[in-house]
Amino acid sequence: MPALPPHANGRPPSARRLAGMLGALALLAPAALTGCASQQSSDTLVVFAAASLTQAFPRIAQGFEKDHPGVTVKFSFDGSSSLVDQLAGGADADVFASADQVTMQRAVDQKLVTSTPRVFATNVLVLITPPDNPGHITGLNASLAGRRLVVCAPQVPCGDATLKLARLDGVTLKPVSQTTNVTDVVGAVTTGEADAGVVYTTDATAAGSKVRTIAIPHSDQVVNRYPIATVAGSSRPGEAQAFVDYVTSPAGRAVLSSYGFGAP
Amino acid sequence: MSRTPDTAVPLWLLVPASAALALVAVPLIGLMVRVPWARIPQLLATPAAQDALWLSLRTCAASTVLSLTLGLPLAVVLSRLTGHWAVMVRTISVLPMVLPPVVAGLVLLITLGRRGVLGQYLSVWGVDIGFTTAAVVIAQTFVSMPYLVITVEGALRSTDRALEVVAATLGARPTMVLRRVTLPLVGPAILGGTTVAFARALGEFGATLTFAGSLQGTTRTLPLQIYLQRETDTNQALALSVVLIAVASVLMVAPTLVTRRSR
Repeated sequence: MPALPPHANGRPPSARRLAGMLGALALLAPAALTGCASQQSSDTLVVFAAASLTQAFPRIAQGFEKDHPGVTVKFSFDGSSSLVDQLAGGADADVFASADQVTMQRAVDQKLVTSTPRVFATNVLVLITPPDNPGHITGLNASLAGRRLVVCAPQVPCGDATLKLARLDGVTLKPVSQTTNVTDVVGAVTTGEADAGVVYTTDATAAGSKVRTIAIPHSDQVVNRYPIATVAGSSRPGEAQAFVDYVTSPAGRAVLSSYGFGAP
Repeated sequence: MSRTPDTAVPLWLLVPASAALALVAVPLIGLMVRVPWARIPQLLATPAAQDALWLSLRTCAASTVLSLTLGLPLAVVLSRLTGHWAVMVRTISVLPMVLPPVVAGLVLLITLGRRGVLGQYLSVWGVDIGFTTAAVVIAQTFVSMPYLVITVEGALRSTDRALEVVAATLGARPTMVLRRVTLPLVGPAILGGTTVAFARALGEFGATLTFAGSLQGTTRTLPLQIYLQRETDTNQALALSVVLIAVASVLMVAPTLVTRRSR
C-alpha cells in the first residue's frame, strides 16, 4: 500500500470521508431503486419476447402505439427459457412471446401466463454458408463431411428441430460446435469461422448478403411455432390482450412476414 | 476478535462488512435451499456432466500453467518499469479484466479466428484454433492472467528493494537475485494470484462460448454445460452449479492450507 499523502491539518481524512460516502450511498440507494420502479407508469406495456423477434416486434409496436395513443411498448429480448426463468422470478411483464411451444408450455405449467397461448408465426430451418461458400457445401448432405458445421444444441428449440430434420433427410450431422442460441450459429458463419450452419429462415433473412442460403428438403415438416400470451399478474391486462390481438392481426402478420416469418 | 486494543477494528466497520458478506452469502444460501440435492449424484453420473467437469479441470490446469509461465515474467518486468511505460504496459496487461467476456471472445475470434488478423496466416499453415480445446485454454488465459499479473506486481512493488541490492553487491547475478530473493519474498502473492487466476478460468464462460464454441468433451466446460442445462431444467443447472462451487472451494482453500502448514 502506498503511504497516505500528508494532510494540511495533519489528520488523514480518509476514514471520515469514507464514512460520509457510505452514508451518502445508503441514502441514495433506495432513491435510485424506487426511481427505476416509478418509471414503470401505468401506460407502459412490457413485452418479454424471444430473441429472434428483436427486429420484427419493435416494428409491430410502432403500429400498435399508433392505434393505442398513450400506450408505450417496452421490450426485453432474450432466449425464451431465460424469459420464463425471469417470469418465474417475478419479473414485471405483461406479454410473453416464446420462440417455441415447449418453452411456452413451461410458462403455462407454472401458471405464469393467463390466456391460452396463440400461435402467431412460424419459422423453418435453412442451411447457411459464408457468401463465397469456401467449403463448397451443396446442402444438408455428404458435402458437409470434414467441413466445419455449427448447429444449435439439441436442448434448445432450433437444435431439436435440426436433429429432427437431419433424421428426416437421413443425414448424420457431425458439428464442431452446438451452440445455445441461433445467433451464435449465424455469428460463426458470418465470421467465416464455420463453413456452414443450420438456422431459421428469419436469421438468414436478417443476415442478408453476409450469408448464402441453401434450402433443406422436408424443412416444411419441422415447423417451429411462436406462441404469444398475456402474463399472469399483469397490471395492464386490457392493453396486454390488445397487444396480443394486434400481433395476431393482419397488420402484425404483414410485419412478421416481411422479416421472413411464416403464417401460423 | 483481537484482544489487543490498538489493532482492533473500529466497531462501526462491522456494519458495512456484514452487509458485504450478506450480499454474497444470501444468494449462496438461496442456492443451497433451492438445489435438488437428491438429483446431484444422478446428474454427475451423466457423460455430459463428467465430460464437462473433466474438461474444465484439464483446461484450467493448462491455462493456469500458461498464466504462471507468461504472467510471472510480465509481473516482474512491469514492477521495474516507471513513468509512462509502466502506465501503458499495466493498462494493456489488465485490459481483459474490464472487457465484457463476450467482447473478449470476439476480440480473440477476429484476431486468431480462421479469417482473423493473425488467424488467416495460421490457417494457411494448417493451424486452426477455433472450436478446439486449445481455443478454450487461450480464452481462459486471456481473461485470467491479468489477475495473477496485477497481484504479483502489486506485491513486488511493496517489497524492500534493499534486500535485492544487498544480494547484488554480494555478487549474485540478476537471475540468482530473482530466484533466491525476489520471488521468495512475494511467494504468498504468487500463490494467491495463481489461485485467483485458476478460479477465474474455472468460471470463464462468455469468451469461451464466443471464441471456442460448445461441443461436449472438446470445448463445453462446466459453465457452458450449466448454461445449456438451464435451457431444459433450471434446477439441474443449479445442481451442476453446486458441483462447480464445490470444486472451486476445494481448489481455493487448498493453497491456504499449504501455506499455513509451511509456516
